Amino acid sequence: MYSKAEKACFFINNRLGVRLKFRILQPYYQRLMKILVCISSVPDTTSKISFSDNDTKLDNNGITYIIGPYDDYALARAVELKEASGNGSITVIHVGGAESEPVIRKALAIGADEAVRVDAHASDGFFVAAQIAAYAKDKNFDLVLMGRESIDYNSGIVHGLVAEHLGMTAISPVMKLEVNGSEAIMDHEIEGGKETLSASLPLVLGCQEPIAEWKIPSMRGIMGARTKPLNIIPAVAASSGLSFKNYELPPPRTTCKMVADSQVAELVGMLKTEAKVI
Amino acid sequence: MSVLVFLETSEGSIKKSSIETLVYGRNLQAGEVHAMVVGNPSNLEEAAKFGAAKIHSISDSRFQSMDSAAYSEALSGLATQIGASVIVLAKSAFTDSLTARTSFIWDATAATNVVSLPDSGFNVKRSIFTGKAFETVALSSERKIISVRKNAVAVTESPASGELVSYQPTLTSKAFAIKTISTEKTSGEVLLSDAEIVVSGGRGLKGPENWGLITDMAKVLGAATGCSKPVSDLHWRPHHEHVGQTGIKVSPNLYFAIGISGAIQHVAGISSSKVIVAINKDADAPIFKVANYGIVGDAFEIVPKLTQALREAL
Ligand SMILES: Cc1cc2nc3c(=O)[nH]c(=O)nc-3n(C[C@H](O)[C@H](O)[C@H](O)COP(=O)(O)OP(=O)(O)OC[C@H]3O[C@@H](n4cnc5c(N)ncnc54)[C@H](O)[C@@H]3O)c2cc1C
Ligand SMILES: Nc1ncnc2c1ncn2[C@@H]1O[C@H](COP(=O)(O)O)[C@@H](O)[C@H]1O
Repeated sequence: MYSKAEKACFFINNRLGVRLKFRILQPYYQRLMKILVCISSVPDTTSKISFSDNDTKLDNNGITYIIGPYDDYALARAVELKEASGNGSITVIHVGGAESEPVIRKALAIGADEAVRVDAHASDGFFVAAQIAAYAKDKNFDLVLMGRESIDYNSGIVHGLVAEHLGMTAISPVMKLEVNGSEAIMDHEIEGGKETLSASLPLVLGCQEPIAEWKIPSMRGIMGARTKPLNIIPAVAASSGLSFKNYELPPPRTTCKMVADSQVAELVGMLKTEAKVI
Repeated sequence: MSVLVFLETSEGSIKKSSIETLVYGRNLQAGEVHAMVVGNPSNLEEAAKFGAAKIHSISDSRFQSMDSAAYSEALSGLATQIGASVIVLAKSAFTDSLTARTSFIWDATAATNVVSLPDSGFNVKRSIFTGKAFETVALSSERKIISVRKNAVAVTESPASGELVSYQPTLTSKAFAIKTISTEKTSGEVLLSDAEIVVSGGRGLKGPENWGLITDMAKVLGAATGCSKPVSDLHWRPHHEHVGQTGIKVSPNLYFAIGISGAIQHVAGISSSKVIVAINKDADAPIFKVANYGIVGDAFEIVPKLTQALREAL
């Protein structure tokens, strides 16, 4: 069944747990994939956004927090890759306060092995990227998976920044990801189409659908998540040169002007002379 | 002091969103406006027309592959060379990584998805919560990068010399670590994210065989075509046409939602549109809550009539 090298690998990995030696023997054995998934905790898409404290705080009344939808795709693909390789580990990292722990537990229930929470307010993408990079820098992750964008801050920069901090290659948005040994093959969305790329691990990827189907935690997953490690670590110092001033809501849209289905020509007239958009 | 604007091209010409950033860069009034472009786009005179004093063109065929590592080294190198204080780009799938990596290499602070010019304290407004709100942030670093949301800038002419100079960036071994295996791209179509007018269809159109309704109308308007998520999930239309929370966010002047119910996740992608027109047979469809103009009725009857009326009026 297994070659001598593979058996040696199993022995070293299981009994001695020496990852370094394992990595040297790795070409003879299925790759152990070490994946870091970065998750944001964001208001559910159906949430009504409003602000308090003179437009400086998000009003949390009635808001349900979820794993960022794109981050959820990243996590789902990480779980699939781990399952396919039969040997791998998934760590999730989140930068945020204790109130995010239910969201982190959900990621554990979906299939992450352990979680890390950097105990700080995620003030902006620069700060978040510095925290993720500080945690990941000496841990030899093969893949650092994120969402293409957080749906609250919409900055789209965390992956590129983390890659620069770690001296890794970044690609975003990635719609398909296959890993073959130390090589990844990806579909990358470009405007008006897509391209297929290959690059060597380690990589930082910003994910989007259809990279995987969102996973719903199983009962077993939920039970198991309670006892999986969730380590809380302090933030490292990081300054960004960005400072938040205030929030603002867009002006409400005007009410809809209804046009009878027999009056399409009038609609064209309105678009031309009233709205001036054609 | 100068401003450096990154000009993105598509099918050999400068994109409309890049012209917008050029105008933004000019309106910053922070010195001479320089532009960086790859190749020799067919509409280069536009760059001069909208305010570029100098256009630095890269003619290195490796830049055909849009590797953000290489582009960020080129962009930051040029910014340092010309002593720029601000880099401006249009937010896009490609420039997100470019913005991040350039800010790191060039030691700058970046604000993305920006919709306003800075005030004297360099406070800018950016779109957040996927179009549901804005926030104002101040950039206090010496070097700044602004990634501007598409269609957020009113384009006005102001000719400058537009001198074309060749630029040979110094690259490290990190550039071009990514290999392109193949590219699939539609050609000759209006880019959805850049479009001024978008015609989108939803599940109400019943099947891909009916998409002629949408494409015909789009052709008359010179518009891009879009769709709702179920439509791309069902493979009636390609994935890159799907608009919304998990797809493309558009901000056109005019958006047509045809046979689209107006689920909040779809609306998240269209709420920055200036004018929304909804056509739906259900008078209670939520799309009418966000639309500016609405017709209740059967798309199969209304759309051909509307296309004809548009053809006559334009
Ligand atoms: C986390 C999450 C993310 C999502 N992201 C997105 C996203 O990015 N984009 C997106 O679009 N959706 C997204 N969705 C799905 C979204 O919730 C809706 O299911 C989807 O937008 C509905 O698409 P639709 O309007 O085409 O179809 P339907 O909801 O089926 O609506 C069809 C509409 O067509 C009308 N109709 C039917 N026949 C006719 C006719 N002959 N003439 C005129 N009108 C007709 C009907 O009255 C109806 O309003 C997401 C969902 C989730 C949970
Ligand atoms: N507070 C956070 N903690 C961990 N990861 C985050 C956090 N915020 C953003 N990310 C990750 O970075 C990606 C891009 O975020 P952004 O640059 O804010 O659009 C997200 O999709 C997440 O995967």
